[in-house]
Amino acid sequence: MKKILILFAHPRFEKSRANRMLLANIEGLPGVALNDLYEHYPDFNIDVEREKTLLSGHDVVIWHYPFYMYSAPAMIKQWVDQVLEYGWAHGEAGNALKDKLIFNTLTAGGTRQVYLPDAHNHFTIRQFLLPFEQTANLCKMIYLPPFVVHGTHLLTDEALAEYARLYRLLLTRLSNDELHPETVRQYEYLNDWLLTDKE
Amino acid sequence: MSSSFLHDALIYLAAAVVFVPIAKKMGMGSVLGYLIGGIIIGPFFFNFVGEEGKDIMHFAEFGVVMMLFLIGLELEPATFWRMRKLILGTGIMQMGATTLLCFGALSLIGFTWQAALACGLALAMSSTAIVMQTLREKGLSKTEAGKSSFAVLLFQDISVIPILALLPLLALSTMSEPSTERATFLTGLPGWAQTLTLLIAANAIVLSGRFVFVPFLRFIARIRLRELFTAAALMIVIGTAYLMILVGLSPALGAFLAGVVLATSEFRHELESDIEPFKGLLLGLFFIAVGASINFKLIVENPWQIMALVSGVIVVKFFVLYATGKISRLSFDQNMIFSLGLGQIGEFAFVLFAFITQLNILSAKWGDMMMGATAISMTVTPLLMLINERLILPRFGTKETPEVKESDFIHGEHPVIIAGFGHFGSTIGRFLRASGINATILDNDSDRVELLRKMGFTVFYGDATRLDILKSAGADNARILIAAIDSPEINFDLIEKTKKEFPNLAVMVRAKSRIDAYDLIDAGVENIYRESLDTSVHLGVDALILLGFRKYTATRAGQNFIKYDEKALRILAAHRHDQSSYIFKTREQISLQEELLTNDREVVPNIHDHAWERDDYNPPK
Repeated sequence: MKKILILFAHPRFEKSRANRMLLANIEGLPGVALNDLYEHYPDFNIDVEREKTLLSGHDVVIWHYPFYMYSAPAMIKQWVDQVLEYGWAHGEAGNALKDKLIFNTLTAGGTRQVYLPDAHNHFTIRQFLLPFEQTANLCKMIYLPPFVVHGTHLLTDEALAEYARLYRLLLTRLSNDELHPETVRQYEYLNDWLLTDKE
Repeated sequence: MSSSFLHDALIYLAAAVVFVPIAKKMGMGSVLGYLIGGIIIGPFFFNFVGEEGKDIMHFAEFGVVMMLFLIGLELEPATFWRMRKLILGTGIMQMGATTLLCFGALSLIGFTWQAALACGLALAMSSTAIVMQTLREKGLSKTEAGKSSFAVLLFQDISVIPILALLPLLALSTMSEPSTERATFLTGLPGWAQTLTLLIAANAIVLSGRFVFVPFLRFIARIRLRELFTAAALMIVIGTAYLMILVGLSPALGAFLAGVVLATSEFRHELESDIEPFKGLLLGLFFIAVGASINFKLIVENPWQIMALVSGVIVVKFFVLYATGKISRLSFDQNMIFSLGLGQIGEFAFVLFAFITQLNILSAKWGDMMMGATAISMTVTPLLMLINERLILPRFGTKETPEVKESDFIHGEHPVIIAGFGHFGSTIGRFLRASGINATILDNDSDRVELLRKMGFTVFYGDATRLDILKSAGADNARILIAAIDSPEINFDLIEKTKKEFPNLAVMVRAKSRIDAYDLIDAGVENIYRESLDTSVHLGVDALILLGFRKYTATRAGQNFIKYDEKALRILAAHRHDQSSYIFKTREQISLQEELLTNDREVVPNIHDHAWERDDYNPPK
């Protein structure tokens, strides 16, 4: 069984309908640990040793956050800059994260249609996530497509509940090792794989 | 109002206004300034005031009564109770040994045993007024010497009662008729009845404090007339004093008891701020009167006798006190401050000597001599304290300047000077040291200085407001001066001097309260740190978190609140001067609080800001 670590960052979690529902639905799932970064480091002073110990103890890592200004909240960047040390996470001797799975889970206000070359936002979500993808490569990790919740402001409770169900399904499959990187890499989002592939 | 009253008032006030600032400038303390002012306007020099000086003194003694009331107010019964061992131990030792030695010496030079005993008791008294005022001005009240001094003084003040009760008994046995002028309730009663009266009076004050004063003050407070409350406060003090005089007991002690009883009431701060200015003025007047009453004619006529008497008494008192200090394990520096500080004969001695002569225990001439010696000793001890501080302690006690290892000073002095290493300054010092920045420390508690030196800090011992000490601590080359002294007044003094003498130093100041911060802003200080702000907000943030708020949200709210409050501080500091009437500090606190609370409701940034919210977000079609 694979152990999953969710690095969750939301500066205003108490106001986020989508994220509260996503997280509520996976609460208590065995093998899944939630690391609530804004709650642990309200002063942005990240305990690097603690984070490294957590990373070492898990096989799958998820950056889970709301999609702000085409990027992540400041805490995620702070975490990446401080925790992924040279010589530990990357560099010649930096093999601590080698072959661990990693991907982004994000909630975005815009619909999937506005993230297209000829639409309002001009670029796709995958393009916006390139820095994360390359960071994962640098750390010799296996980068997977993102899990994305689109149009959070327009979603009905039912639609949101469906996303929550999918997220739970994703984590269950991951922890049961029922996910093959080569297979899921063909999809743009992990959502797509979950919806098409009924293993 | 007669013109002679105005004339007198003018002279006394002028003496204070002229001489106290001079004394302060010379680093002598206000008490010495008042005393010198009194001597100058007295009969011997300019003769601006004549014999009426004595009457003024009786009137001004009331300042001592008020001071004891205030001391009582600051001393809650629980604290009083905790100090009982110290008070009894040091008190009995000091009173007993001093009385005994004086008794022996006076008997040897031909006093009757009654006179020798009575004088011995009176001479054992030290001056609460001088000592407390001096200790507070020098910021030494909280040191070991300060605590022991307070304990001894309190014991002396308490023992005035039994002494006053005892004196008539001594008079009876000399077979001479006591004068009938002092016809109190006590005279003529047998000894046991006097003791009984004493107990009844003390209990009456404690009981009336609880069941009369407090309801009475509540009633007055409801009327909401400021001057009426002041009147009521004065009435309580004067009433208590009068009652005590009526039954023939010490009015100061009565006032002290009343103060202790009222210390736990809700009016404590109101009373303090109301009585404080009266006390200050009267005490000043008292010191001036003491100075003016020194009978230089007597000194000129019997110079050796007076000199022998004064120095004899001070020497005896010094050694007894020093031994007492040793037993209470005071270190050398603290013991010197304690022993020299209490070396004078106190203001209660005036009362006692007057009574003793009235009772014919002592001849009028000797009575005058004793009173003269008392006044002179009061003038001498502040000088002795000064000599001790400048000449004796630097040489024999804790060195003012640390013995620095060569390397420390050759490689340039430390960039930071911290004045005051109490709970506030020490945290700063520890933090800087942990960050690899060495600071030079200035402190005036010798015990602490010893300890810090042992721990390897560079510590200068002494009054941080002295230019020579600042200079030797490297103020010329340092970059930052951190003023972290407990007493806002001393801190303020330090900043004024630094700004003038060492403009190279960046000054960072601890402010105890908002009002201190206002004063600092007025003085043009930029870096002001209120010791209550961050910690209180921090606690508030943690309270929000315990209530279930997200940590980051609560933290941000706290940070914003501090920013807002700092801004409001600057705005209100300017606005404060619009209020034309002078308000006492505690009053100001209250009205300030009101203003803040009103403002907060209107403009305080709180949890409900709109960061990261997208409720009004309209996704593009």
